[in-house]
Amino acid sequence: MISVGLFVTCLVDLHRPNVGFAAIALLEEAGCTVEVPDSQVCCGQPAYNSGDDGSTIKIAKQVITAFERFQYVVVPSGSCASMIVAHYPELFSDDAIWLKRAEDLAGRSHELFGFLVDIMKVDTFPAEHVGDVTYHDACSGLRDLGIKDQPRQLMSNVSGLSLVEMEDTDVCCGFGGTFCVKFPDISERMVSDKAALVKQSGARTLLGGDMGCLLNISGRLSRVDANVRVFHLAEVLAGMTDVPAIGEGAGTLTDPATKA
Amino acid sequence: MQVQSLNFKARASDALKDEDLKAALGNVKNGFIGKRAAAVKLVPEWEQIRTEARDLKNHVLENLDHYLLAYEAAVTDNGGHVHWAGSSTDANDIIVDICRQAGARTVTKGKSMVGEEANLNGALEAAGMEAIETDLGEYIIQLAKEAPSHIIAPAIHKTKEQVSDLFHQHHAQYDLHERIVDRSALVNEARTILREKFRCADVGITGANFLIAETGQHVLVTNEGNGDLTSNLPQIQIVIVGIEKVIPTLEDASCLLRLLARSATGQHFSNYTSLMSGPARKEDLDGPEAFHVVLVDNHRTEMLAGELREMLRCFRCGACLNHCPVYGAVGGHAYGWVYPGPMGSVVTPAMVGIENAPDLPHACTLNGRCAEVCPMSIPLPRLLREHRRQTFERSLQTPGARYGLGVWALLATRPRLYQWTTRLGVSLMSRVGRKRGHFRRLLLAGAWTQSRNLPSPQGSSTFMNEYRQRQKQNNDTERLHS
Repeated sequence: MISVGLFVTCLVDLHRPNVGFAAIALLEEAGCTVEVPDSQVCCGQPAYNSGDDGSTIKIAKQVITAFERFQYVVVPSGSCASMIVAHYPELFSDDAIWLKRAEDLAGRSHELFGFLVDIMKVDTFPAEHVGDVTYHDACSGLRDLGIKDQPRQLMSNVSGLSLVEMEDTDVCCGFGGTFCVKFPDISERMVSDKAALVKQSGARTLLGGDMGCLLNISGRLSRVDANVRVFHLAEVLAGMTDVPAIGEGAGTLTDPATKA
Repeated sequence: MQVQSLNFKARASDALKDEDLKAALGNVKNGFIGKRAAAVKLVPEWEQIRTEARDLKNHVLENLDHYLLAYEAAVTDNGGHVHWAGSSTDANDIIVDICRQAGARTVTKGKSMVGEEANLNGALEAAGMEAIETDLGEYIIQLAKEAPSHIIAPAIHKTKEQVSDLFHQHHAQYDLHERIVDRSALVNEARTILREKFRCADVGITGANFLIAETGQHVLVTNEGNGDLTSNLPQIQIVIVGIEKVIPTLEDASCLLRLLARSATGQHFSNYTSLMSGPARKEDLDGPEAFHVVLVDNHRTEMLAGELREMLRCFRCGACLNHCPVYGAVGGHAYGWVYPGPMGSVVTPAMVGIENAPDLPHACTLNGRCAEVCPMSIPLPRLLREHRRQTFERSLQTPGARYGLGVWALLATRPRLYQWTTRLGVSLMSRVGRKRGHFRRLLLAGAWTQSRNLPSPQGSSTFMNEYRQRQKQNNDTERLHS
């Protein structure tokens, strides 16, 4: 049995536990035993992107230690995975011992969809989602980890799902971590451009692999009453979409016909 | 040019409200991005050339002194003069001196970003000379008394209507009184006026795209041919250029030229790619009598010695600007100085001091599209993070940001405390927000909610808490059944 440690990510932990449970379900379905070590909070990216190497290093050491014992570490987010894979080794360039440990972790860590398709060679799950769906490619996962085909391969095997690609899937949605609150005006323009493209695609559902992007885009779609439902792809693949979509109310009466 | 980068946020906000600018920037997106992609697609060995170019330029930077001295020797052999300017002020002094000694009254200028760094036009004008920009975009913004907003298309922010107005206003002095609206007619009017300026100029000043160490020549790339007329017609030619532009051989130039135009405009080659050889030789039909090159440092050696060395591979193509969604939203003037977009956010703090441009490296989502399209493989996000380290270490970030980060870092290294703190907060927010599913307004979240709803937490508690509860239930169930 392949042993996997799940790095939940702070946004999934706080905003959408459903994604965490969906990830576990998918990994178990693919033949892994999954554990969620207790000593995890954050990958350190907010500190790293703010130039605070000191705090980043402290956080990274905690992550490295907590996940040392797993064969693989899987992350349901491209940006957090890229922090571990692409940037942890950079942090320890003048600390030989920690560098080795960071490189070791980086070598074993994967974004969720990349792990399922490229490592476990599993791209089919018994999921169903009837209707048109469009997909947002989160920047870090795309450019640092090459996550682009894998989610599409997974979606192609979801019964009833029809993918309509929107324009500029690979253009930034304007989240960028602290950017969206440091430069709210610019972020607003970027997310409203993205929301317009989502609407233009005609799809009634938006999927993606990064909670940051999904919170951002769904927040805008909801503000402009776009009537698009937003889920993390893991939730669809695990058949766990019987919860309200991101930003959707529990009190909302959803017409089954519009659920697609 | 006066540095106004401290006003980035305010300038950006103004820019976002400008509908004309939005339309103009839309052209950048549709034009340059699509055309570059189409051109690159036709070059199957693109990545190979990129690697070669990066390695070649790295080699030059490691031996910059050698190649600059070799270039100087070759120029001198050709009958030219090389001047070394440590600062922008030095460069202006040298150039004004040459012009004064020649009794120059009119100076034509090809587009030069390093000239903009120095505000060379201002120095020439202060010395009583007339400096005329001959690149059409630069000519337009010179009339409008504005700074360039894009490094290869300086007037990209201007609409055709605005250009018609400018010409109507400023060409009256040439006895041209009709307000022209047709695009080709506008270009023709500018051409007619500039023709006369080219002819009468005492001195011609251009930049240079590449300096060739082995021959003392330089390469000048334009689409309008204004570089050629500026270089060849006046008696005195001056080239003002950054020290990082030197390359070893003509062969190397051909490698870089395969990347330049395609990355900049999507052309396989620009209309005029000229190889200039210095003063006119005996057998030449035209060319200047005197040839001067002013090599400018202006903090480039500092970049060479530090963490920003890789930025010196830049050959000012503008691809990063074109693909940057932040530049695409706010345009070039928001950045407050000569260089906008990703490369501007790296170069500006290096040249004017990070304390004068602390927002620039942060005005970025680190999405990486710039690095992806950079023909010289410059790791722009990494360099921007380097500046962010500086703003953090020198306390140039807002106190709120620093404090928030501090709290986050404290909690992030204390998982138990974090989980205890967040469990209650998330439960509460979830309960309050459950019915509607989001908050339109929330205390302390104004920057988010000004344009977006904030989805409320989906779970009854945090994942870690729910997971632990489920584990506990499973263990209890197992114990019951065992």
